[in-house]
Amino acid sequence: MALDPLKIRIDFPILDQMIYKRSLVYFDNAATTQKPRQVINAIDKYYLLQNSNIHRGVHYLSQMATQAYEDARVHIQHFINARLSQEIIYTRGTTESINLVASSFGKKFISKGDTILVSNLEHHSNIVPWQFVCEEKGAVLKVIPINDEGEILLDAYTEMLDEKVKIVAVTHVSNALGTIVPVKEMIRLAHLKNIPVLIDGAQSVAHFQVDVQDLDADFFCFSGHKMYGPMGIGVLYGKEHWLEDLPPYQGGGEMIKDVTFEKTTYNDLPFKFEAGTPNVCDALGLDAALTYMQNLGLSEIYGYEEELLHFATARLLEIEGLKIIGTSPQKAGVISFLPDGIHPYDLGTILDKLGFALRTGNHCAQPLMHRLGIQGTLRASFAFYNTKEEINRLAEGIITAKRMFD
Amino acid sequence: MAIIDIEQTIIEEFSHFEDWLDRYNYLIEMGKDLPKIDERFRTDQYLIAGCQSRVWLQADFADGKIIFTADSDAVITKGIVTLLIRVLSNQRPDDVLHANLGFVDTIGLREHLSPTRSNGLNSMIKQMKLFALAFKTKEQSSK
Repeated sequence: MALDPLKIRIDFPILDQMIYKRSLVYFDNAATTQKPRQVINAIDKYYLLQNSNIHRGVHYLSQMATQAYEDARVHIQHFINARLSQEIIYTRGTTESINLVASSFGKKFISKGDTILVSNLEHHSNIVPWQFVCEEKGAVLKVIPINDEGEILLDAYTEMLDEKVKIVAVTHVSNALGTIVPVKEMIRLAHLKNIPVLIDGAQSVAHFQVDVQDLDADFFCFSGHKMYGPMGIGVLYGKEHWLEDLPPYQGGGEMIKDVTFEKTTYNDLPFKFEAGTPNVCDALGLDAALTYMQNLGLSEIYGYEEELLHFATARLLEIEGLKIIGTSPQKAGVISFLPDGIHPYDLGTILDKLGFALRTGNHCAQPLMHRLGIQGTLRASFAFYNTKEEINRLAEGIITAKRMFD
Repeated sequence: MAIIDIEQTIIEEFSHFEDWLDRYNYLIEMGKDLPKIDERFRTDQYLIAGCQSRVWLQADFADGKIIFTADSDAVITKGIVTLLIRVLSNQRPDDVLHANLGFVDTIGLREHLSPTRSNGLNSMIKQMKLFALAFKTKEQSSK
């Protein structure tokens, strides 16, 4: 069944407001999505009725909260089709998930002279943690090149997969351009050489069905707040054997089995990687967000957002001199563009005053901007509550703004 | 005119605008009218760090007063720089150093003052005050 964005918008009260005396158009979904009432209610309910510290308590509230928290983990497991629930590690978000793997994997498996591969499309979050490891271990970070359309060059990638490469870390969908990266093929090619692959899924999970077993990803990272859930909760999926092999990331409560001053033994998965009091509330919020998306239907979400993206591409290309940055036929949720003759900062500022929430700048992907020979772009990113009417308004807004600078 | 009086004039000019867009239109027009900076100052040496749009700022010192010139590749930023130059140029180093520039807030450009805001109004003000400090020190040591 087709999605009805107007009906969906009733669940997102934040969208119905005026800014600078104009109705808000929220096109910054790649930065963070808005949250439906169902998610806000789950958070409310947790602190009104369920709050308790979990796993250790023998009392009723603690047991109920523990159950809800672990049920949410199983829900996440099924959502991305992981084999086991202990392969789901709660984190604060994609950034922490990547830092966890870079740190723990680096500690055990990276040595001097080894190579780590990332792509030219990456967000800083999937570059900097690996630079830390390289610096510490004397390893080398190499960059998988892209073409001018913003697509990864698979032939060059294949050639880079030599015996020195210890891990590949690549994004599923480019946050700056929207390119969908053929990660399944990239994983297959890496696995031919027994090289594990980490996927940054921050920009994919909200837009289409992800199946980590089908992808055969070794690690898959994502954030709750970019998929209609709360800020401060994220997920690291890792294949069980990898998670068993990796040393813990942080030390503290929850992650231990026995502690003496001489030696500590670590807890089993997933708790080995979850030191400290967990973020139960936001896990339940994420749980509600997944339910919300599943009720709409993941393939319906993808279909509708693709329609929006095609409509926006056609509509923006009608504007004289406007250039779309990132022209792969395989894109999700994001349209990046540059006006002719106006500084993107100028256009962004006026669009803000016209009620549009969108991004101007390098989108935390400076190496990508360098590669494309630009300072930055304007980025509109879509969610299922956006409408074609809003896209029409954006096109008109850009024309209005352009006139102001003539 | 004293800094505080120029600030007051600008506040009055902006008080006529009810719509945000009109306020920005005015900034854009001012930006377009900003006299071009000498091409030899449009170099990295005069670039202010931390701005999403590039801003070049240059200062001269004559008869005890500072003369600022500036340029930017973005028009709105040029408009904002123009306001700062109107207020701070042709003033004594001490006056520039002590200016609190409350007008920025009053005319509704406060958002541009936040440290994360990418046009770096903060960086511009800081750079202008650094120039003032440098000229003041120079003036004192030559006495």
